[in-house]
Amino acid sequence: MARVEITKAAIKAEAARLKAFFEAQGALPVEMDILLPAEVLLDLYGEDIRARAYMTQDPERGEMMLRPDFTVPVVQEHMSNGAEPARYTYAGEVFRKQEDMPTRANEYFQVGYEVFDGSDPAAADAEVFAHFANVLSDSGLHAATGDIGILKAAVAGLKTTERRRAALLRHIWRPRRFRALMTRFSEAGTTLRLQNLERVRANLAQPEAPFIGLRTQTEIDMRIEALEEDASEPPISAGEIELLDDILSLKETLPHVLSQLRDITVDLPAISEAVSLLSRRTEALAKRGVDVDNLDFEASYGRTSMEYYDGFVFGFYAEGRPDLPPVATGGRYDALTAVLGQGRSIPAVGGVIRPNVLLSLKGGA
Amino acid sequence: MVVKLGVPSKGRLMEKTFEWFSERGVTLSRAGSEREYSGAVEGIKGVELVLLSASEIPRELAAGRIHMGVTGSDLVRDKLASWDSKVIEMAPMGFGHADLIIAVPKAWVDVDTLDDLDAAAAAFRARHGFRLRIATKYHHLIREFLKQNGVADYQLVDSQGATEGTVKNLTAEAIADITSTGETLRANHLKILSGDPVHCSQATLFKSRMAHWTDDTRATLVTLKDMLGLGD
Repeated sequence: MARVEITKAAIKAEAARLKAFFEAQGALPVEMDILLPAEVLLDLYGEDIRARAYMTQDPERGEMMLRPDFTVPVVQEHMSNGAEPARYTYAGEVFRKQEDMPTRANEYFQVGYEVFDGSDPAAADAEVFAHFANVLSDSGLHAATGDIGILKAAVAGLKTTERRRAALLRHIWRPRRFRALMTRFSEAGTTLRLQNLERVRANLAQPEAPFIGLRTQTEIDMRIEALEEDASEPPISAGEIELLDDILSLKETLPHVLSQLRDITVDLPAISEAVSLLSRRTEALAKRGVDVDNLDFEASYGRTSMEYYDGFVFGFYAEGRPDLPPVATGGRYDALTAVLGQGRSIPAVGGVIRPNVLLSLKGGA
Repeated sequence: MVVKLGVPSKGRLMEKTFEWFSERGVTLSRAGSEREYSGAVEGIKGVELVLLSASEIPRELAAGRIHMGVTGSDLVRDKLASWDSKVIEMAPMGFGHADLIIAVPKAWVDVDTLDDLDAAAAAFRARHGFRLRIATKYHHLIREFLKQNGVADYQLVDSQGATEGTVKNLTAEAIADITSTGETLRANHLKILSGDPVHCSQATLFKSRMAHWTDDTRATLVTLKDMLGLGD
């Protein structure tokens, strides 16, 4: 199969077209630096971003990073200079190493649309999704949606210790570890929890080793306390584990999911607010002309790829083309603004389109 | 055209490699003085010995500048992205054994497993305001391993030598390094996390997928494989 070469000029023109569309919807165009201070991004995303981003050293400014995405600089710009409500659009290159998929571009365009408007989150979610659906409507893409807020609410409502809830919440974006924690905190993990504590007691009985490093005795004592608590507390009930499993496996069209979630709410009232938000979002989507009856919803969607998305999530994919990355992705990231704002948080939702992928579908189909 | 064979240029790794080949009827030797980095091959025609630093052999294989090479399996996996698309493992050679492991202070009585490390990292970050630091030179392997195991809230800091000393020097909280006996770790009051090592390394003969092969070199390779007892 001959590969259709798409010129950078064509990609830029497509990016400009998409950006003009978002401007017509009322977004303010913004420009962001390409060289960003690395510290904030490294602290946010850790080693995941170090593996993917190009780093360099500036004698004056320290470690710098070639822009791996626009979200963080746009949020920072808005938090220091913007007034609410605000809608932004941008278009430009991002840079990502592709160690695992060397055939994918390591330098590509993104066109984004970001909404900072806390007045009606359901409406803002629907607005972003509807704009993306409209501008992508003639490309025959498949849309996937999810809502991490429902899983978060379910975990926060578990009748168990604060420590266990916090541990599960922390690993919502790492499904394998989340699953391991669920098992450890359930009936099946009772022996394991006792063994963990016994192991520490055995270590304590050994001759004391000299204390080295920054981690303090207090931190070790607190961890032992946590293990003692974990060993003595009753497990998370089988019923609650089952409810979590039910939520994790939800994968249906939106109306079906909604009705199943309403059933689950009877046993897990903690999710009722999140479910009502999903219901209001569904209405808002319908009002904007989205065919919600046939819109796919998956409760686990967006858990692996999008840490800090903590509510509505969506993606647009070319069906039958698993070789291509998603054409567009987005979601709500209130948690990200909370981390960047050091306490101050701004309701935020947005997404990006990859014009090169869009063009490769139009040209190469 | 000759088959270029890259071999570590000094130390035990070189000697053991020479021995391994000589047991199979291929005599490798350094030409001229001890200090000259070129070699001779006897017992087979059409093979050229290239003496290189063990850490450069993965890169030379990936670039196709050598057809075959001997180096640690840990180096190939760490230094080459998608290593198995660039080189083929022809034979583990049975020496140069070392495990890539993660170690923490022995005084951490609450940490033995990756689970523990993850929990300790979460609390450490909350208390100290930065991610728990792991000193290593094996960035790729360690990052992939910790990702697979869902460990969060850590960062890797680069350490090209004397890695076991970084914890005492307060530049890291834990380390990831290769060890064969564990003696240096114990001497520095560190203990290895339980469970399987990140990688069990040994000296390995690799073939480059990127090198240019001609009818001549392919024929030489067949003869060589035959002598080394490596069937297809």
